[in-house]
Amino acid sequence: MRARSIRGTGTVAVVAAIAVAATACSAPGGGDSGNADSAVVGIGYEPESLSPLLGFGKDGNSKIFDGLLTHDAQMNLRPALAAELPKVGDDGLTYTYPLREGVKFSDGKPFTAKDVVFTYRTILDAKTNNASKGELDALKTVTAEGDHSVVFRLKYPYAPFAERTVLPIAPEHVAGGQDVNTGAFTTKPIGTGPYKLVSWSKGEKLVFEANPGHWGDAPKVKNFTMAVIKDDDVRATRLRSGDLDSAILPPNLAETFAKDKDRKTHAAKTFDYRVVTLPTGNKVAGDTAVRRALDIAVDRGAMVDSILNGAGKEAYGPVPTDSEWFTEGTERAHDLDRAKKILDDAGWKPGSDGVREKDGVRASFPLWYVSGDKLRQDHALAYASDAKKAGVEIKVQAGTWEVIEPRMPKDAVLAGGGSPADPDFDQYTLLKSDLAGDGFNNMAWYDNPAVDKALDNARRSGDKAERAAAYDTVQRELVKNPGYTFLTHIDHLYVVDDRYGTLTTQVEPHDHGLASGPWWNVEDWQPAK
Amino acid sequence: MARLAGRRALFAVPILLAVTFGVFAIAAASPFDPVKAYAGTAGLTASQENLDQLRANLGADRPFTARWWDWLTAAVGGDLGDSSVMRQPVADVITERIGWSVLLATTAFALAILLGTLLGVLAARRRGGIVDRAVTSLAYTLEAAPPFWLGLLAVWLFALKLGVLPAGGLTDTGSSVITAGQVASHLILPAAVLGISQLPWFALYVRQGVGDALDEDPVRGARARGLAPRTVLVGHALRSGMLPVLTLVGSRVPELITGALLVETVFSWPGIAAATVEAATSVDFPLLAALTVLATAAVLLGNLLADLLYGLADPRVGFDG
Repeated sequence: MRARSIRGTGTVAVVAAIAVAATACSAPGGGDSGNADSAVVGIGYEPESLSPLLGFGKDGNSKIFDGLLTHDAQMNLRPALAAELPKVGDDGLTYTYPLREGVKFSDGKPFTAKDVVFTYRTILDAKTNNASKGELDALKTVTAEGDHSVVFRLKYPYAPFAERTVLPIAPEHVAGGQDVNTGAFTTKPIGTGPYKLVSWSKGEKLVFEANPGHWGDAPKVKNFTMAVIKDDDVRATRLRSGDLDSAILPPNLAETFAKDKDRKTHAAKTFDYRVVTLPTGNKVAGDTAVRRALDIAVDRGAMVDSILNGAGKEAYGPVPTDSEWFTEGTERAHDLDRAKKILDDAGWKPGSDGVREKDGVRASFPLWYVSGDKLRQDHALAYASDAKKAGVEIKVQAGTWEVIEPRMPKDAVLAGGGSPADPDFDQYTLLKSDLAGDGFNNMAWYDNPAVDKALDNARRSGDKAERAAAYDTVQRELVKNPGYTFLTHIDHLYVVDDRYGTLTTQVEPHDHGLASGPWWNVEDWQPAK
Repeated sequence: MARLAGRRALFAVPILLAVTFGVFAIAAASPFDPVKAYAGTAGLTASQENLDQLRANLGADRPFTARWWDWLTAAVGGDLGDSSVMRQPVADVITERIGWSVLLATTAFALAILLGTLLGVLAARRRGGIVDRAVTSLAYTLEAAPPFWLGLLAVWLFALKLGVLPAGGLTDTGSSVITAGQVASHLILPAAVLGISQLPWFALYVRQGVGDALDEDPVRGARARGLAPRTVLVGHALRSGMLPVLTLVGSRVPELITGALLVETVFSWPGIAAATVEAATSVDFPLLAALTVLATAAVLLGNLLADLLYGLADPRVGFDG
């Protein structure tokens, strides 16, 4: 391969001379490959800040920090900085956490309840530029009771609140004395987590080393590096060259490693969906008949096979079909004939060019996707092509969010989302009618009183069976009146060197956080070599 | 000489004022929303109330003229403000990165001047000869090639196909310390690409200058007196032939800066460039303004330096002309 390409250039002598000269003073590829106490992973995303006060690690598992609680591989809550799961009282309005004693931050200072209070109060402070603070909307007050207990009081009963307490705890003695938005803590964090940050070269890499003072077991992987490589092809190349031990890759590139004996591909199941918003304000997309017809005219199976190379599954709602929250029987088969019949019955008659019409309105609307996102582009084009077969014209267009946002009330958007921690996190902001047009919440301006009621019941009730029944209602309503066409849930693919032994993945959200991937529990890895 | 420098410094003030004002105006008119850029993916689930609060905190709801004035008065007092996109004070962003950019730019510039002069002299020795034609056509080809394209080509050839040089970064991925050797090996490709993209101008100017000088009477006289060709070339022709190059040094500075922006991005070089691009797309006023002032100052200094050098090298040129 290498020799052939040199010959191909036709300048063997010159290239070889430069190559020899260059080799003499370089040693690329990293010096520690083959060594199982270190790991270098390639990621495609970089956080803007490492401060939990600004939103870093809010979904838990941030390596440098611990939250009060954490998730295990099955996404069940487990105590971390809390000594046990919280006691819920006053009909779901108070959450009391006893704290683990003897925990120290990596600078040697003890962790106490006042660090917890400091963290939550700072995040909720209006002067703190944390774009995710809305997730703590239910929280009214947080108070310390002694050094080793904290009490959260809520404004309204909010069943999934404990899921929010996975967010990392910052040390008050470090972060308290500086500007929360721009202080040194945002780039040089100190936490209680299993790893310490050694250096962060923005745009290049984050280097971690094991924290010897961590309260858990000592990690076997002592040195851990995350290389920030935005380009998929470059990431794959650097993985192949041995520069990286592991990387996240899109399906087509992950497939090139399928026959590699020394590397294994892990497909992480996710809640990461791709969806078409059908805005209520659009005369065509807002029509229930059109929505229902599109919902069954779309060939989800073909999308999974051809766009995702099989790495994913068909989506009928925000909840994946293999989740415990999924309502059996709400799957919709691809049925073009029935889609046509629904449109015929509703008065959408085919026009001269095959596009349907009703009362002088053409069955046509634009569908936007974020330019540069190949996966969304593929989904959008496939959706438009399926819709065309049913006589609905969808004009696919690309743009940046700045272009798309003002058009959201009238135009359809190929969007993505998904959060596995609790069904409320996704569905409330996606479907609640009060939140229509509130930022990027409820992008389709979906308005269904039955859904609104079910969403409220689900978040207020602490009883799991009651909550499940409410989410069943939501999913059934989405069959009767789909304000969105859910297309697929996509798997996230990671290729990892075999020497790290047997690895697991968590169920992953839409966002590619730093902790996604088989390295979600790198501190527990038991390398094979 | 001092008068020239003083007058230029005086002129620099209104120029810098106009440039920063222009940057704020253009950034304000751009379609990018600083609040969206700040919030990132979290902004896609944030409530409007949360976004409005962010807008107020970042000062993005105020007119750009007010923000420019605030920035300016603070900057004069030594406070460059905070960068919203980097979540750091602007001064920190710059001090962390500028050294790497200066290292890259000076290496590339030295390479371009040395190699360009060498090629230019070689070509001038026998104009119309094989060497001359080769050098001239190479120069014209390189002149047309954008630096980022050269960069991608270099990555493809040396990093991906040959595997002899690192594709990017400042040090090896697995290493956490910055050593001189690692930086040197990671510097080769970006510096070479940036240097080579600047090389044609020097090569062509030197070729022209030295070639003309070789035809001048004093040089022909020296040759007629039987001086060695080397002495004639280096001692006489090169000296007067290099004069235009001194002017060129100054005028190439702007292109060196824009070239560095692209090259740094291609090679993930942790310099000022990536910060500049991010500052621009995130409408990060304080960072963008500070970086623009830096770039403008570099250009003005480059021009001043060129004029001073020219005056020193050729006494016939007055400093006040």
